[in-house]
Amino acid sequence: MDTIKAIEEQQIKENVTEIHVGDTAKVYFKIVEGATERVQVFEGIIIAINNGGIRKTFVVRKISNGVGVERIFPLHSPRVERIEVVRRGRVRRAKLYYLRDKVGKAAKVPELIKKKQA
Amino acid sequence: MLGLIGKKIGMTQVFDANGKLIPVTVIKIEDNIVLGGRTEQQNGYTAAVLGSVDIRKNLVNKAVAGQYKDICEPKRYMVEFRDYDKEVKTGDALTVKEFADTAFVDVTGISKGKGFAGGMKRWGFQGGRKTHGSKFHRDIGGTAMSSTPARTFPGHHMAGHMGVDKVTVQNLRVVKVDEELKVIMVKGAIPGPAQSAVIVKKAVKKR
Repeated sequence: MDTIKAIEEQQIKENVTEIHVGDTAKVYFKIVEGATERVQVFEGIIIAINNGGIRKTFVVRKISNGVGVERIFPLHSPRVERIEVVRRGRVRRAKLYYLRDKVGKAAKVPELIKKKQA
Repeated sequence: MLGLIGKKIGMTQVFDANGKLIPVTVIKIEDNIVLGGRTEQQNGYTAAVLGSVDIRKNLVNKAVAGQYKDICEPKRYMVEFRDYDKEVKTGDALTVKEFADTAFVDVTGISKGKGFAGGMKRWGFQGGRKTHGSKFHRDIGGTAMSSTPARTFPGHHMAGHMGVDKVTVQNLRVVKVDEELKVIMVKGAIPGPAQSAVIVKKAVKKR
């Protein structure tokens, strides 16, 4: 088992951006088209994080032209160049699948405002 | 034919250059010690005999220990490889490095035991409906014809013991050879439970 852990650890990214469920994030995703390579940005709300060591993934949801679009990104994939958290969200559950059934204002996540320690 | 004795460690996934996750089986290859050879003049064929994986001394009897005398400590596995690619002499230690520029390998192992299995599991028979009044579920069905020949032909597929067979999986792509961890990673699954001994050979049908 230790050998497998060692192999997986080699590929786990160090200092990845800290992400939480409910955050609005920009994912800079590398796309290879034949010989050329470009970076595409996918911005949306993180509605789920699935742990699993090297297989850790997160789900980003956005509304594109009125249609809900969800993408699953492997966190440690070399094609996920970087993640930028635009806005922290205040949420009370680990999976925000209920957002799929909501429209308009109800489909929003309130911003997390941290109180200063007195 | 280049081959080495290894141990199945288990499966995991690795990212390739394009960021694709590839399922791999990790095979640990400890030092393979050359224990001897077979020659055309003496045996009528050429081969190399390799031994690998250390074993506790109290598990080895004198007859087995004698074969390792003056070469190395007794090993758990001893395998003969016909027409070995490399020039080797007794006492040499072969490592996973031998597979450094090999693209495809064949892996032989002993499959997991399935016990006494029915026709559906063992031979892929269709079986019948589970519901709607069906009284034919997982049976094997007819096994022969009528009054001619009035018997079941030998070798007919039926229920019986399944697994613990010698199984070879061919043309597995070598994803990575790690000399530091002494492992070779191949794409896909290989027979047998984790920690079991496997034989890794250069692919016969694919280069």
